[in-house]
Amino acid sequence: MKQNVKTKIEISDLKVHYGNKPALNGISFDVYENEILGIIGPAQSGKTTLLKVINRTLEFTADATVEGSVKLDGVDVSTIGDVYGLRRKIGMVLPLPVGLPLSIYDNVAFAPRTAGLRNKAELDEIVERCLQQAALWDEVKDRLNALGTKLSGGQQQRLTIARALSHQPEILCLDEFSIAVDPITTMRIEEVLKMLSTEAKMTIMLVTNLVQQAKRLANRTAFFLNGNLIEIDTTDVIFSENPANQITYDYVNGNFG
Amino acid sequence: MFTETEIGKRNRWSENGMKIFFLVMTILMIVPLLLIIGYLFYRALPVLSFEFLFTNPKDNMRSGGLWAPFLGTIYLVVVSLLVSAPIGVFAAVYLNEYARENWFTRIVNLAVVNLAGVPSIVHALFGVGAFVLFAGLGESVLAASLTLAIMTLPVIIASTKEALNAVPMSFREACWNLGATRWQTIRRIVLPNSISGILTGVILQVSRAAGETAPIMFTGAVFYKAIAEGDVFAYNVLDQCMALSLHLFTISTQVPDVAEGIPYGTAIVLVGTVLLVNAAAIVLRVYLRTRKRW
Ligand SMILES: Nc1ncnc2c1ncn2[C@@H]1O[C@H](COP(=O)(O)OP(=O)(O)OP(=O)(O)O)[C@@H](O)[C@H]1O
Ligand SMILES: [Mg+2]
Repeated sequence: MKQNVKTKIEISDLKVHYGNKPALNGISFDVYENEILGIIGPAQSGKTTLLKVINRTLEFTADATVEGSVKLDGVDVSTIGDVYGLRRKIGMVLPLPVGLPLSIYDNVAFAPRTAGLRNKAELDEIVERCLQQAALWDEVKDRLNALGTKLSGGQQQRLTIARALSHQPEILCLDEFSIAVDPITTMRIEEVLKMLSTEAKMTIMLVTNLVQQAKRLANRTAFFLNGNLIEIDTTDVIFSENPANQITYDYVNGNFG
Repeated sequence: MFTETEIGKRNRWSENGMKIFFLVMTILMIVPLLLIIGYLFYRALPVLSFEFLFTNPKDNMRSGGLWAPFLGTIYLVVVSLLVSAPIGVFAAVYLNEYARENWFTRIVNLAVVNLAGVPSIVHALFGVGAFVLFAGLGESVLAASLTLAIMTLPVIIASTKEALNAVPMSFREACWNLGATRWQTIRRIVLPNSISGILTGVILQVSRAAGETAPIMFTGAVFYKAIAEGDVFAYNVLDQCMALSLHLFTISTQVPDVAEGIPYGTAIVLVGTVLLVNAAAIVLRVYLRTRKRW
C-alpha cells in the first residue's frame, strides 16, 4: 500500500435505520484519494445503503434515518447546502442499466444541462469525451440521436457510466454494475475503470457481488456483513490465506454459510 | 410419437371452451350498444341536417334545431376543463412526485378515490350551495362549469397519477443521482413520458361532463334560451345557458307533441359529440404510443 495517502471520504460511526430496522450498525473507515476500494458482502449487508448515504439519495427514502457522519474532503455531507452539487461530485452507477428515455446525446448531456451548461460546443465535447471514456463512442458515434433506451443492456450500462462521468465527478461509485452485463462487456468496463483510476486519478468505490472482480481491480477491499464492516484491508491481505477474520476467508473462498 | 394424455385433452377442451365463453360475453356486451346507436340513428334520420345543428329550437321546442343547447354544452365542458384539468394535473403531480407518505397524503388520496364515486346529484347540491349561493355566482355557466369541474377533478387526479406512476422509478433515481432536482426530473423525464396518459384521462372527462344533467340543472342550465345563431360567443359565462343533456330531458318528458325525430336527433348529437371526443382520445393515445420511448 502506498504511504502518505490522502483521505477522500471519512466515514465515522455511521448508523442507518429503515424505520426501526437497522441497515448499517455504526461503521467507520476511510476511502483514500485515487484508490479503487472494493466493497464485497452478501445480500442485505448494507452496501447499497452506504453509497446512498454518501450522495444523500437516501433522503428520497422517507423512513430512513442516518446517524454518525460521512465527510467528503473534510466536510460533513449532511451539512452541505447544495446537495445537487454534492451529487454531481459523485458519479453513481446502479445495478440495472438505465438509459433515460432521451437520445444518447441528451442522456450524456443531461447532468451538465441541469447544472446550467448551455454552450453547444462544450456539451459536444463532454458527450464525446464521456462516451469515449465509457468505451461506447465507437458504437454510437453515428447515431447520437437514437434513443438511449433502445441500446442493448451492456451498451446502456456503458451509457450509464458515460452519464455518471458527464458531471466530472471526483468519486465514482459503482453498485454491482455487472449484474445485467455480459462477461465481455464487464471486462471492457473493468478496463475503463482501471484507466479512470490511473489516468483520470478518480477515486472509485466498487460494490460487487463478484469477489474476483474486487480481486482484479481493487487496491483495498472492505467486507460487509449484515450492516457491519467485518474488515477492510489491502486486497492482497483480504484474498490471502490469512485475513484477520475467518469469515472473510470463508466468504471470498465461497464456503460461506 | 406424441400421444395426447387425458389431462392434455381436458385442458385443450377447457381452454377452447373458456375462449368461446369470453367471446360470447364480449358480443353480448357489444350488441345492445350497436342496437341503441343504430336505432337512435334510424329514428333521427328525418331531422338530421346541417341546419338542425345551427338553428335555435323553435315553437316551444317543437321544431327547429339544437344551436343553443349545443353551444351551451360546449361552453360548460370547456370552462369546466379549463378549471379542472390544470388543478387536477398539478395536484396529481404533487401527490405522486413530491408528497411523502404520511397521514395527510393518505387522507387526500382516500378522498380522491371516494370523491370519484360520489353521485352527480350530490355534486349538484354542493354546486348550488357553494357557487350559486355562497360565491354569489347565481345560476350561470360559470357556476355550472365549476360544479362539473368539482365532479371531474378527482377522476382527473386519479388518471393523472396513474399515468405518472407508469414512468419507471429507475428513471427518477437515475436523474437524482445526476444532481437533478425533483422539478428538473419531472419536467424533462416524467411529464414528457406520461403526457399521453394524462391527456387521455382528461379527454375522457369531456364526455362525462357533456353527458351529465344533474350537476348543471340547478346551477346554470335552463329550459329555454334563444341566442344568436352561428355566433360562438353568444353566451356570457355569468349568464345561464341551455345544454344538450337537459334539453333532451325536457323535450322527451316535459313538452307534449314534439316532432318525432327531434329527441332522437338530440340524442344522436349528444352521443356523437361524446364518441367523437373519445375517438380523439384514442387516436391521440395510439399516436403517442408509436413514439413510446422505452
Ligand atoms: N428502501 C428500503 N426500505 C426498507 N428497508 C430497506 C430499503 N432498502 C434497503 N433496506 C434494507 O436494508 C438492508 C441493507 O440493504 P442494502 O440494499 O443496503 O443491502 P446490499 O448490501 O446492497 O444488498 P444487495 O447485495 O442485495 O444489493 C437490508 O436489510 C434491506 O432489506
Ligand atoms: Mg445493493
